[in-house]
Amino acid sequence: MKDFISVKFKVWRQVSNESNGSYEEFSLEKVSVKISLLEALDQLNEELTTKNIRPVTFDHDCREGICGSCGFLVNGQPHGPKKGTTTCQLYMRNFKDNALIILEPWRAKSFPIIQDLSVDRNALDKLIISGGYFSTETGNVPDANLIPISPKKAFSSFETATCIGCGACVAGCKNASSSLFVAAKLAHLGQLPQGINGKKERSIKMRKQMTIEGFGQCSNNLECEAVCPKEISADWISWMNKS
Amino acid sequence: MNNVINPNLPTGEVEGAWQKTVKNLSNLTTEKKNKFEIIIVGCGLSGSSAAATLAEEGFKIKLLTYHDSPRRAHSVSAQGGINAARSLSDEENKVVIDQLFKDTVLGGDFRAREASCQRLSELSSSIIDQCVSQGVPFAREYDGTLATRRFGGAVVSRTFYARGQTGQQLLYGAYQSLSRQVNLGNIELITKRDVLDLVIVNDIARGVIARNLINGNLETYKGHCVVLATGGYSNVYYLSTNSLKSNATAIWRAHKRGANFANPSFTQIHPTCIPPGDIYQSKLTLMSESLRNDGRIWLPKKIDSKDDPENIPEHERDYFLERQYPKYGNLVPRDVASRRAREICEKGFGIGFGGKGVYLDLQDSIKKDGLKVIKAKYGNLLEMYERIVGEDPTKVPMKIYPAPHYTMGGLWVDYNLMSNIDGLFVLGEANYSVHGANRLGANALLQCLCDGYFISPKTITSWLANNKGIDNRRIDEACKEALNYVDKKIKALLKIKGEKPVDYFHRALGEIMISKCGISRNRNDLKSALEEVEILSNNFYSNLKIPETNSGLNVELEKALRLEDFIELSILMIKDAIEREESCGAHFREEYQTKEGEAKRNDDLFSHIAVWKFNSDNNSHMRFSEDLNFKKINLNTRNYK
Repeated sequence: MKDFISVKFKVWRQVSNESNGSYEEFSLEKVSVKISLLEALDQLNEELTTKNIRPVTFDHDCREGICGSCGFLVNGQPHGPKKGTTTCQLYMRNFKDNALIILEPWRAKSFPIIQDLSVDRNALDKLIISGGYFSTETGNVPDANLIPISPKKAFSSFETATCIGCGACVAGCKNASSSLFVAAKLAHLGQLPQGINGKKERSIKMRKQMTIEGFGQCSNNLECEAVCPKEISADWISWMNKS
Repeated sequence: MNNVINPNLPTGEVEGAWQKTVKNLSNLTTEKKNKFEIIIVGCGLSGSSAAATLAEEGFKIKLLTYHDSPRRAHSVSAQGGINAARSLSDEENKVVIDQLFKDTVLGGDFRAREASCQRLSELSSSIIDQCVSQGVPFAREYDGTLATRRFGGAVVSRTFYARGQTGQQLLYGAYQSLSRQVNLGNIELITKRDVLDLVIVNDIARGVIARNLINGNLETYKGHCVVLATGGYSNVYYLSTNSLKSNATAIWRAHKRGANFANPSFTQIHPTCIPPGDIYQSKLTLMSESLRNDGRIWLPKKIDSKDDPENIPEHERDYFLERQYPKYGNLVPRDVASRRAREICEKGFGIGFGGKGVYLDLQDSIKKDGLKVIKAKYGNLLEMYERIVGEDPTKVPMKIYPAPHYTMGGLWVDYNLMSNIDGLFVLGEANYSVHGANRLGANALLQCLCDGYFISPKTITSWLANNKGIDNRRIDEACKEALNYVDKKIKALLKIKGEKPVDYFHRALGEIMISKCGISRNRNDLKSALEEVEILSNNFYSNLKIPETNSGLNVELEKALRLEDFIELSILMIKDAIEREESCGAHFREEYQTKEGEAKRNDDLFSHIAVWKFNSDNNSHMRFSEDLNFKKINLNTRNYK
């Protein structure tokens, strides 16, 4: 494999949600295969900046796959072709020399475009705000070891709690449904003994909010599970619907 | 604002001092609390936990963050765990609290306040209760009780964890509690804002100036007090384990407005990170230190070796940590491991891009325990490594190198977490409090949550109870002045119209700082670093290029505003490192070491916190000091040989 490659980016460019957008193409040379796709975009943006062209806007922060900031469609797939991987953890060694890489923002009614590849995912926060928590307050809490939790149950709860709120599940779904996001939160809380009280109420509130925010119905295509960088199982959607 | 450095420490014995202090703090009725507005900047563990708790008590909160959601704050990246002193009986409780207290003070090499470390240890157990009640899915033992593990050279097992994602789970716990308060109308969540200045009225912090990152507008936020919980400044080094947008702007701007800065040169380097592979690499990913339990660190004995590591025979390998520290081997403390790796790489033995890397080899452990056991222990880490580097660490030795990770230095605060500016509270990594010259592993999350859940809600309430209302006539004047100041700064940057993008300068700053004010320091290098940063600063202001965007959104401008402050902060870090003529914790001055190459503290001259005050009249810094006294624990020297 070559150490450096050339690539062609075809990027969705849109100044704001109110303006019209279009694709723009940029060639980038001498891209090390050891850097990530976002770092290649940094490299491109440095070039654009020196030419006084507006750099490509995209969300990012931790660059290690845990903050959930990054995410756009890479050649049509949320977070790109690698399973269980956020966009920031997608490395250029996964692309061939002279590859065409098409980058587009998450497309969903509930995620208005901010600029280029950056979208507003505030609707996901609103789902949590509607009821994704226990009504516990600081102080006045019982001893943590008072209620034993089996390692199996704790781990199962943990697995659903690993959702990073990136929105790929919504972007991957043809109905732009947030079912997996909501199911993961309900399963995280609902599997714990602390969460038995209020389980039903939480579910009603969050599912009602899904409609308010304009998310669609579950399409049953399991695309959400396929694109989830944390590989959260779509079985939790059935779990949610049953309970 | 006073110039006298008074930490407001409790009198008498440090044990139980916090509980006594709380009894003497003023309180307010919920009805009265409803009338106060508190501005909190930053939504990581300390900011979110403080926001949630203060809102639960009845205060009205405005929470500002540059993120689009509080769930994204850099606390989310913390892997290892959270320390807590927990036991089953009261007698045993005292023992475990003493142990965590002692390890925290010793870890910080006696450069933190004893009373604050004691409080951290005493409050730690309640933090775990708090998090579990929020639904944090900590790891469990087979009997259903909470599991713990040993961490970062500790002799006892007291670190609570949720696989390798403890920070994420704790942050989500705080985020959920704060979301509940948003729902109840007690917290106003103000996202996508960069806080660029502090508003001070009659010497009291009463507001902030923020830039809306979407439309570029400057906005004013007023409140009865201000809380900064904006994290650390490792990104001074450009390449660090921090998230890319982590910055020092809010604390630096507060510093320029009069808040003192404590021990800015105390920065921690993490020994096990993935080294850079190309100049466009934007960050260094941390690999959990636990790998040192099963990985042997080595370099080829031959200088500038280009051989594949698997083909280098045993007798041509130098297991340099095992050689130099037969007793602790690969498990020597973070700073020792980092220093030895740097030294040997500088001699030309290093491997990988720029010769900045050493091997961490799992082969012997795989042979001994089997691949299955190693994979079960480190599964997700090994996958992460392979994803980034493209090599299978169970077949090819991993490449690692030390990277800036955490900053112990920060805004000076008293025992109540208030800076020397009345009404300005500073929490979490942004302050200088319990970690001294080096932070103990798994104490970062603990400090953030102690600050946010238990300490600041009490001390802020007390301060507000004794605070006279806002001077409405002067606040508008002060806001206008600060707003104009920020506006001028932005316009000045946009006017430069040079040729180089922000990152060009940031990379250059990082190179100076890591090589001369990083893992190891000496007077000559520090002096030349000072000159180099000054030159860089001049270049920045004459040759910076920010593209025209024709909209308010301008990422290059955001970066330039942060870098401006990093450059100024770097100069203070270097000055602080020059003035501290001793080695302590992570601050290693080559001139001050034992024959064995160990850090040599100078308790006669430097058993104090260096407190830097900015003088805006002549744009200069003055160094004061706050003496440290140890009553419960004797000053002694560590020994890992």
